[in-house]
Amino acid sequence: MKHEQAKKYGMVIDLDKCTGCGACMVACMAENNIPFKKDETNKLDSITWMRVYQLTNGKPFPNTDICYIPRPCMHCEGDHGHSPCVSVCPATATDYSLKTGIVSQIYTRCFGCRYCMAACPYHARYFNWWDPVWPDGMEKYLNPDVSPRMRGVVEKCSFCFHRYQLAMNKAFLEGRRELEEAQYQTACAQACPAGAIVFGDLNNTKHRVHRIVQPDPAHGGRPKNPKAFRLLERLGTNPKVYYLSSREWVRRLADHYLPNETPGKGH
Amino acid sequence: MKMDRRSFLSFVIGGAAGTALSPLPWKLTDDLAIWSQNWPWTPVPERGEVSFVKTTCMLCPGGCGVTVRKVGDRAVKIEGTKGHPVNDGGICILGLSGLQLLYGPARVPSPLRRAGERGQNRWEKLSWDEALSLVAERLAGLREKKLPHTVACISGTDTGTVPRLMERFLAAYGSPNFIRTPSMRDSYEMTLHLMQGVQASAGFDVEHADFILSFGSGILEGWGSPVRMFRAHSKWKETGVKVVQIEPRLSNTAAKSDKWIPVNPGSEGILALGLARVIVEESLYRKAFIDTYTSGLEAWTREVLGRWTPENVEQATGVDKSTLVALARSFAGARRPLAICGRGRGDTPGSIGEFMAVHALNALVGNINRKGGVWAVPDPDYIQWPEVETDAVAAAGLQQGRIDGAGSKKYIHARHLLHRLPEIVDASDPSVVQALFVLEANPYYTLPDRDLLKKAWKKIPFIVSFSSFMDETARNADLILPNPMYLERYEDVPYARGFNKPLIGLAKPVTAPQFNTLPTGDVLIRLARALGDPVAGAFPWENYEQCLSETLQDMWEPLQETGYQVASDFEPGSGSGAFDTASGKFEFNPEKAREAAAHVSVQARGEAPGYPLILIPSDSMRRATGYIGDPPFVVKTVPETVLKGNDLLVEINPETAKALGLSEGKRAVLKTPKGQARVRVHLFHGVAPGVVAMPTGLGHQAYDAYLAGKGVNFNDLIAAVEDGASGLNAAWGIRAKLSRA
Repeated sequence: MKHEQAKKYGMVIDLDKCTGCGACMVACMAENNIPFKKDETNKLDSITWMRVYQLTNGKPFPNTDICYIPRPCMHCEGDHGHSPCVSVCPATATDYSLKTGIVSQIYTRCFGCRYCMAACPYHARYFNWWDPVWPDGMEKYLNPDVSPRMRGVVEKCSFCFHRYQLAMNKAFLEGRRELEEAQYQTACAQACPAGAIVFGDLNNTKHRVHRIVQPDPAHGGRPKNPKAFRLLERLGTNPKVYYLSSREWVRRLADHYLPNETPGKGH
Repeated sequence: MKMDRRSFLSFVIGGAAGTALSPLPWKLTDDLAIWSQNWPWTPVPERGEVSFVKTTCMLCPGGCGVTVRKVGDRAVKIEGTKGHPVNDGGICILGLSGLQLLYGPARVPSPLRRAGERGQNRWEKLSWDEALSLVAERLAGLREKKLPHTVACISGTDTGTVPRLMERFLAAYGSPNFIRTPSMRDSYEMTLHLMQGVQASAGFDVEHADFILSFGSGILEGWGSPVRMFRAHSKWKETGVKVVQIEPRLSNTAAKSDKWIPVNPGSEGILALGLARVIVEESLYRKAFIDTYTSGLEAWTREVLGRWTPENVEQATGVDKSTLVALARSFAGARRPLAICGRGRGDTPGSIGEFMAVHALNALVGNINRKGGVWAVPDPDYIQWPEVETDAVAAAGLQQGRIDGAGSKKYIHARHLLHRLPEIVDASDPSVVQALFVLEANPYYTLPDRDLLKKAWKKIPFIVSFSSFMDETARNADLILPNPMYLERYEDVPYARGFNKPLIGLAKPVTAPQFNTLPTGDVLIRLARALGDPVAGAFPWENYEQCLSETLQDMWEPLQETGYQVASDFEPGSGSGAFDTASGKFEFNPEKAREAAAHVSVQARGEAPGYPLILIPSDSMRRATGYIGDPPFVVKTVPETVLKGNDLLVEINPETAKALGLSEGKRAVLKTPKGQARVRVHLFHGVAPGVVAMPTGLGHQAYDAYLAGKGVNFNDLIAAVEDGASGLNAAWGIRAKLSRA
């Protein structure tokens, strides 16, 4: 089946609404059995599938401005499914699904070479340097739909793929083949108190993501909505996570524009 | 067979080639990989039937509805309840982490009696019978000595059956000293009392306002009910509602606002008075409302606004005249403008002058008890228990007046003044508090001037904590009688901070109690019984659940089902009758307002030469500041610009840093008249030169290893500053000195 006819899940995050509260990060941690250590202040080894970064315009007081930008895995489509990480994985532990557009991560196949981490331009992948340890009794809250990972493997945001599976199972049992937008939502989109995260099928004209972004299939899903943009657009990774911002400086930073460049006119 | 070199090599090479061609090495590698990925210590979560339980979150006063997903008898995830009037499916970072508290290492496992010195964290387990008889004996002893009024309780809230049972217990026993922890709720209550003559909570119809003027309120930092405010904020973005944030630091709220007006720290109230003056002078107020429903505007203008000419305001606040005038015009020109105050999350009450000034702004634009305005939400009245019958000892105790002075001649309008307690206890000998109960509060961490608090604490001979967690107060108590957590017990939650409709939420058991706990309601009923009449007579219930179901009457059944009851058609009434003042109108109350305005901006402690900088707190959703400390997930989201290892980073402007010879991440000593701390600095353009912004919510010494020992407690460095007009704590910061370490 051609990807354009199948599902292509994606996300659009409104940075004007995002308050930087961090609820998406914790919703993700709670849903996906993400471990924690006593010291999580070294962000290089702190596993956060969803991470909220703070951007600043760098102007002096009182013209300073800040903006938060939540960063899940971008689930890059690349060129016909050749996402940066998928292309380099020697173990086929990560794959691009042409059925859903989701970049998978199969922990039991991963042997920890971390090529994918080097290849990912978004720092969306994390390595388990240690075995996860939950304090006595706390493993009671672990979600049985997501297997806890072990030391030595890479992990990343899965767009809560287990929720897709559950939703599809339910749909099949009820004799349906299609999912409504509300039937499959990621934990972060569900939790976001500001309603800044919208998740759905980019190929489905009924879904809000499609209507907001207006992806252009001829150009790897580039948004036709001028307010929407993707991170590092010019790398050609064709991410399926889009952002909205009314602030020019935010849009410029998103693609690392040089001071004298104009967005949209990169090389 | 002869083994020569040639045949040996053929054997080895042939063998190796043969093995390599067989599936054996591949199978072994595969097995090895699988084996190494199935260490027995990587947990495999048990499967089971999935179910959902609707309940109410009690981790902050926000009153959100939450739905807990269960697998078998395990609670695995907390999500927001769709359709709930406060949060409609959304949930905040702390609410999401509730299960880490439920199953976490910070829980108190059973009744505990102190075994070592206070604070040493050495405990001895005891049975509930033993623990309760210990308390009962102590209380009976004090009553025998005619000292019932020396028993006090510090409680996180005063609404709902459990705090009310506590208050009732104290009343029947003979003590008026039920003290609620301080917050902006105190100042808003007092404002409504002084200007509208009502005993009510302030509700804000934020969803329908079309211009938000915020005097330092952390709309996105946890002010009001956080999820509700976030949702409103998104709605404002969609509909183009303008938000103006007045605040010395570029908070998240300021960054997201349409206009950020940095003011000199502490001068927000003056700006409000300046705006009011412009509105009155230019006749921009709603004449119809003012003429019909208010009284005293003329005198108020003359006596309160007189000195706050735009020039004087500019000098005091640092906001230039033209900005002030333009702001006044756009505020008054909006259809449904709303002014709010209470700095940051509203943890400190603030000066009554400031609150009255901001509330007067709302009155000038006529949006008191109107769509999009400030509503007076009456306290819920479903708790109808028979009057307490006191004996002579109790009556004499109640005659004594409150230890904190609230309601006395000097503090006539104040209901709770917890910040005064440490000083009073420290000055008394023997201590005026002989026994202290602490209910759902953590004063040992949250009260300012902790040096003084620690001294006072030592003087109190008997301290009982009802905490579910080993917080700082519990750790420094003599006896802990652990309450089950909100996910394990029944309790009514009749308050959602800032919500503009009467609402009752119900917390109910999601899982069986994980530890040997007893609901505080039951503890009180059993203690009353042990004390005998007249205390026992005031508690006719078998147990707490019976008390709750009888109190809620018809609401008990539906509450179990939906988790909440809201008076969705509630209208506060805007005409006459809504105001219970002498004039029957909204009162600008020139007399009180003049006194209040004299103290509108309290002075920060400390003198300039020794302490050249100003230290202010900065709040964030990612750092809980109240009774609950950050669970591990939330600590994990604290950025490295706030916490590095165990070091706290304070924010200073690069200009300030340059003058002090400091650069990003450098260690420094932060000193205030109340204490000093080793910190690091983070350079941030969003904070004014000369100001140090310190993240709140850190510096815990208790809870678990994921929180304890990280950063510095802001309350160690600050002290209360009493508002001369109300007695409330109006401290917004303190003078400070930062030097290289």
